[in-house]
Formats: sequence, C-alpha cells, structure tokens
Amino acid sequence: MSHATGTKYLKGGILPHMWCSGCGIGIMLGALLRAFEELDYTTTDTVVVTGIGCTGKADDYMITNALHTTHGRALAYATGIKAYNPRLNVVAIMGDGDGVTIGGNHFIHACRRNIDLTAVILNNLNFGMTGGQVSGTTPPQRYTSTTAYGNPERDFDICALAEAAGANYAARCTPYHGWEMKENMKEALTKKGFSVVEVVSPCPTHFGRHNEMKETPDMLHWLRDRAISIEDYRRLPEAERTERLAIGTLVSRDFPDFNTQYELVKARAQKG
Amino acid sequence: MTTRSDHFEVILAGTGGQGLILSGILLAEAAILEGKNVVQTQSYGIASRGGLSLAEVIIDTEEIIFQQVQRPDCILALTEEATRKYEGWAAKGVPILYDSTLANARTAPNFTGYAFTQTASDLGNEMSVNILALGTVAAKTGVVRMETLEQMIRKRFKGTAVEMNLKVLAAGRDLTAR
Amino acid sequence: MQGNHAIAEGAIYAGARFYAGYPITPSSEIAEECSRKLPKLGGVYIQMEDEIASIAAVIGASLAGAKSFTATSGPGFSLMQENLGLAVMGEVPCVVVDVQRAGPSTGLATRPAQSDIMQIRWGRHGDQSVIALCPSSVKECFTLTVTAFNFAERYRVPVVLMPDEIVGHMRENVEVPAPGELEVVDRKRPAGPPADYKPFKADEDGVAPLAAYGGEYVFHVSSSMHGLDGYSNNDPANAAWRVKQLHEKIDRHRDEIVLTKRFGTDDADVLLVTLGATTRSGRAAAIEARRQGVKAGVLQLQTVWPFPDREVAELGRRAKMIVVPEMNYSGQIAGEVRKAVGPDVDLRQVNRYNGTIITPQDILAVMLGAK
Ligand SMILES: Cc1ncc(C[n+]2csc(CCOP(=O)(O)OP(=O)(O)O)c2C)c(N)n1
Ligand code: SF4
Ligand SMILES: [Mg+2]
Repeated sequence: MSHATGTKYLKGGILPHMWCSGCGIGIMLGALLRAFEELDYTTTDTVVVTGIGCTGKADDYMITNALHTTHGRALAYATGIKAYNPRLNVVAIMGDGDGVTIGGNHFIHACRRNIDLTAVILNNLNFGMTGGQVSGTTPPQRYTSTTAYGNPERDFDICALAEAAGANYAARCTPYHGWEMKENMKEALTKKGFSVVEVVSPCPTHFGRHNEMKETPDMLHWLRDRAISIEDYRRLPEAERTERLAIGTLVSRDFPDFNTQYELVKARAQKG
Repeated sequence: MTTRSDHFEVILAGTGGQGLILSGILLAEAAILEGKNVVQTQSYGIASRGGLSLAEVIIDTEEIIFQQVQRPDCILALTEEATRKYEGWAAKGVPILYDSTLANARTAPNFTGYAFTQTASDLGNEMSVNILALGTVAAKTGVVRMETLEQMIRKRFKGTAVEMNLKVLAAGRDLTAR
Repeated sequence: MQGNHAIAEGAIYAGARFYAGYPITPSSEIAEECSRKLPKLGGVYIQMEDEIASIAAVIGASLAGAKSFTATSGPGFSLMQENLGLAVMGEVPCVVVDVQRAGPSTGLATRPAQSDIMQIRWGRHGDQSVIALCPSSVKECFTLTVTAFNFAERYRVPVVLMPDEIVGHMRENVEVPAPGELEVVDRKRPAGPPADYKPFKADEDGVAPLAAYGGEYVFHVSSSMHGLDGYSNNDPANAAWRVKQLHEKIDRHRDEIVLTKRFGTDDADVLLVTLGATTRSGRAAAIEARRQGVKAGVLQLQTVWPFPDREVAELGRRAKMIVVPEMNYSGQIAGEVRKAVGPDVDLRQVNRYNGTIITPQDILAVMLGAK
C-alpha cells in the first residue's frame, strides 16, 4: 500500500499558507487529510465546516465541499447538513475559541445530541488569530495578551466535557505525535455518533511568546514533555497527574446517534 | 333572542386556564361548518393560569375586514374581573352572561347570571366550564346550531372526553331553559 | 386555521422539508406544527439549543439541498442576525419567520407589534439588502409563505416573513390551495461540467445556480469575502463586485418582488399606507370614512423590503393626506413613506406601542381630525 499523503485534498497553487512557522495547525491538517485518504473519502461526499480563527482558515487549502461559517457556530451549521443528508461525511474544524468558548453551548449540545459529526478542535490555549487573548482553554495563571497578570480563571478539559455531555468519542493528541493523531482522526471519522479530536497545539507567536517559550520549537517540546499515553496516565498516582497531558483515545462508546434516532421518529410518524 | 343579522360578534372573557380560547375555536369552527366566514382572535397573558384571558369571535356571511370585536352581540364573562371589564356594554343593550359562582351578582338590565362553575363542578368536572358556557352562549344567541357544536366536540375530543363534553354542553344549553 | 399553522402549511406546500428552531411566543405553533408534519413527509424537524444554532442549521440544510426555514420572535430574531448575514453573503436560500411581539427586550411576550421593521432591514452588520413580506390574514400567511420560499429560491437570498402576533394567532376560514394551484419555484441547479462550476458566477438574471452538498458538484461557501469560486479573496475589486452583486440581484428584480394591494385608491384623497394587521384596521376606517363623505383608500404593503417607494409615491402624490398606522413608536414605515413622497405631503402617523391593536377609530380620529 502506498503511503497516504493527503495532498489530493489540497488546493494547488496557494502556497505559502498563512500559518506561522512552528504552528500546529498544518500538522493537524496533514493528519486529517491522510486520514481522509486512508478512509477513501471523496471530495463529493465530504463537507468540511470551519469556524473563524487561524484554525478556521483550513478550508482555504482544501478542495472538498466546504462551508466557512461564523465564529463559534461551525457545529450548528454542520448539524443542519448532517441532519438533512446523513450520507455525508461532515467534519468541523475549529479553534478552542470557536469550539468551546464562544461555541461552548453548541459543543455540549452536539455531544448530547450525539450527531454523527467529527469535531477537530485545535486547542492552542488562546485566540491565535486576534492576537493571543485568553480563551476558555487557557490554563490558570498563564499569560496572554489580555491576562497580563496571569489568568484568574480555570480552563476547560475539552475531552472531559465531551464525555460528560454525551459524545461517543473523544481523543487528545499533539502535533509532536503525528502518526497517533492520524490514527485518532480515523477512529473519530469512522465512529458513529459525535466524535471529538482535541489537538493541543503550539502557538509560538502568541501563547509561547507570553509564556517563556519564545523559540519556535519550545512549545512543541513543552507538549512532548508533558504528554503521556492515557493508559500510563491512568496508572499514575493522583499527585503526579497535574502537570501531565493524557493523550490517546479517552472516550469510545456507542450510544445511538441522532440520525438513527430520528429515523425511528420518522417511522413512527409515518405509521401513525 | 336570535341573531340580529348575518354579522355576529362575541367576546368570551375569563381567566387563563378556563379554556375560553378553545371555546372560541369551537364556536368559530362550528360557524365555518355552517358556511360562514369567521375570525377568531385572542388576548392572553404570559401565564397559562390566571390573568385576564379572552377570545373574540366574529361571524359573517360577508368578508370580515376588521378582525376585532367592535360592537359585541353577546359577552360571556367567567370571572369578576372580566365582568367588570365589560359591564359598560350592558347599558348599551349588550347581553352579558356572567358566572354567578365567581362574579358578584348584578341586577341591572341585560345581565344574566348563571352558576357556570358550580354547575360544571356538580357535573364532576370544573375544568369543562368553557364547554358548558359555550352551550349557554349558543343556546342563548342561536348563532350556531347545537348539533354543529356537538359535531365539533366529537372531532376535537377523544374517548370518554367526548361523552363528558357532550353532557356538559347540553347542561349549558339547559341553563337557559330555567 | 390559525395564522401560524397556515405558515407551516404554506412552507410545506412550497416544499420545505427542514425546520430548525427554538420555541418562543408567539411563534411556537409553527414549530409544533412542523414537528408533527415534517417527519411524516420524510423531512427533518430539529429543536436547536438557541436561535443562533437554529438559523445556522437552516443554512447548513439548505446547502445540503433542503428548502429550509425557522420561526421566531424579536428576542430570537436578534440572536439570528449574524448568521442571517451569512445567508446573505453565501447566497443561501432560506426563510425566517419573525412573528413580531412588543418590545423592547423581553417586552410583552404575548402582545403584537410591528417594531422589527428596521431591524429586519438593517439589523446585520455590513451593507446588504433583504426581502421581507408581511401578511395581514390567515390566507396571506399561507400564500406569502409560499411566495417567501419562491423568492428565496429564485434569488438565492434569505427572506423574512414578518407577521405580527395578531395575524400569527388569528384564526380564519381559509381554502387551502390545491397542489399546483400556486406556483412553486425551485433553485436553479448547475448544469455544466462539475470541474467548471463556480457557485457565485451569476447567470444573465444576476443569480448563480446552486448545487447541493453530496452531489457531483463540489463547492465552497464562505462568510468571508470570496471570489466566484467561493474561496477567500480580499482584493478590493473583488469585494466591490461582491457587495454590488448582492444588492443588484434584488434591485434588478424589484418590480417582481414588490407586492402591494390597493383598496379604493383610485379616487382616494386620503391614502392609508398599511401592513399586517393594521391593514384591516385601515380598511375598516376607510369604509367608515367614505360613509362620512371622505374618499379614503388603502395601500397594503405585502412586501415591506425592498420598500414599495414608487407605489407609495404614485398614490401618495395624488392624495391630499397620507395616514400611516403602525404598531411602533418611531414610525418606521412612516419614515420610509416620507422619503418616498417628499416633504410637502400632509403625512400623519397613528402609532401604538403598548401591545394593543390600532382600531379603525384611532385611524379615523387622525384622518378626520383637524389639521
Ligand atoms: C462574533 C465574533 N466575535 C469575535 C470575533 C473575533 N475573533 C475572530 S477569531 C477569534 C478567536 C479565535 O480563536 P480560536 O477559535 O481559538 O482560533 P485560533 O485563531 O486560535 O486558531 C475571535 C475572538 C469574531 N470573528 N466573531
Ligand atoms: S498565530 Fe498562533 S495559531 Fe495563528 S498561525 Fe500563528 S502560531 Fe498558528
Ligand atoms: Mg485558539
């Protein structure tokens, strides 16, 4: 089998791309497109729905169907597409601001509804596009362009949120672990029901610069050093877990998805 | 009293939860079945229970232009508040049928008190006071035939509720006989 | 049939098979009716987490090929504005019903108003045009809903249907049109080779064919400024073309879109300009005025946006007086009428903003009262 590159989904002639060097978004996109290729996705049966942000620019580089939406609302648009045409592969690509800050309500309801979408959330711990402001996923005490004295708030654990809200699948990965990321993407794409892949990612330009990781690779190394497989993580004593980042498949289960449940509704309506 | 012409306006007023909007709908649908044009509007508060709630029904053989009651041919008032709101019409010759169970007694001309709530409660269902009073309004004004209302009740309700409501409707009609 | 039910029935008649919404008085009957009817027809009813999500899902479904719609009232309509802008920018056909209730804010949830007129026109950021229709009876709730879908499909735009609470909750006897009796328009589909398809390349009529996700035509739609192919494009020349095109496709079809009705306007000395439920108050007032020897007529604005300025000007310049009854404080329609007829016409307003209805007497008092 030839090695999947994912390039067949890329638009030609648009390089250089807009992302900073050392940014994790390109690696995320590479993993997603390789997953598409390994799953034989076609441009016609795939719809990529993006939000607004550095991450949300991903559709500019892709030749699948796409809908570039408003900030935070990608999942709601994706829900309309999938609810009307269940045969489509619908993938939402969002930043952490998009996915769980301004869009937090849509996120928990998409999980609860368990609609068969794949949400890829690139969590760079801040609002990259608008200049590195604090986000719902910025860890406590961290510095951003709007938390000059440290973040007074706590951060969301995206995967835990997904689990509590009812999603069928949640995985966490980092750009340092590219092969695993692609595998998680494939699991997420093939899982029926709502799936989330959280990609904890460097934003050297903003988050890194504000938090003593000024050199381009610093944040990537920081992620590498903190990452630990979920299996190993579960074996760690509680006290040693705090600074670690559990990666891998955190949630995988098979609650019925929205479209399956809605088919039952239709059947009952048409019988009565 | 029978309908004075082919234009008829009625106000059904009471409190939220008495089901008067449903009475208005049944009356309107009965009139449609009898080949008339109707407009039914309503005014109610944000609560499902309590507060002034009313339905207006206009019935005509011609097109109904303004949708609101301008000069009622009959007013049903199921609470003291509703009776007070509309009592001015009585002096202008408009018959007001009020609930003597819930509203204070009136002796002036054009007021007729009926123990709507008490009668409904005696029949074992206070909640059906809307249907009971509809029976009275229909019998008193003759604006729609009792059989048409019965037909509407058969269409609207299911199971044992049909018989119960038919019984209550008849009891409402019979109140006028007294 | 109730006005709100007629809207749901009209939508289904027009081919709507997708509804997403969030309940709000006085529009909820539309959602309830759709939840009963659409699954029977193989369509989708989905209650979203808020109105932001509702309009988003409606747009998503439309791009997947559905005729889709949502219904709300003021508070929800406010929440929809940003995404409604995407429907304009992405040229996505859909219908939004705003059953108007009295504001500001939560206001009087169960009481009527006609105070969202300007929000419908200007509520979104960025300069853009919109189509809005306003029914005055249960029958028009049905027929204008069909028209709203037809306009949405024909011009690739969101269309707002803006009944007031009175009309939404009113019941009247209506003959439901038989299938085929009313025209039903479907969006133009692309025909050429898929590789050549450009989702924003307009035909002669100013409107581009729209494919559906999942078919052989692959396409991009974007809220960001984009070129013919739907991909981001920040070039000033491109931006200018885009904004102009979005306006022009409505402007050039203005005469097909502007719908009005005239009642006794031929010889009218007094012209009433009305919309929605106040049309009925106005017509009753005009009849009474004629009984008293004053020649009054009514121009009903079935289309509110684009504003029927030429129709208003034509009749208004012939009249000695124009009276504009509307259920708002600021005279949102009256201002447009003034723009259309100029400063010299005797223009009088009848405004109610307390959640109660404008009566024929209110209008007569202003019409027949001293100057
Ligand atoms: C309604 C709205 N509010 C604010 C913005 C401005 N804005 C654009 S992107 C963004 C944050 C992006 O952060 P994130 O989603 O994490 O994406 P990233 O750039 O980090 O990939 C904000 C606040 C907007 N576009 N729309
Ligand atoms: S600002 Fe941050 S998130 Fe945006 S492209 Fe640069 S590194 Fe990536
Ligand atoms: Mg971010």
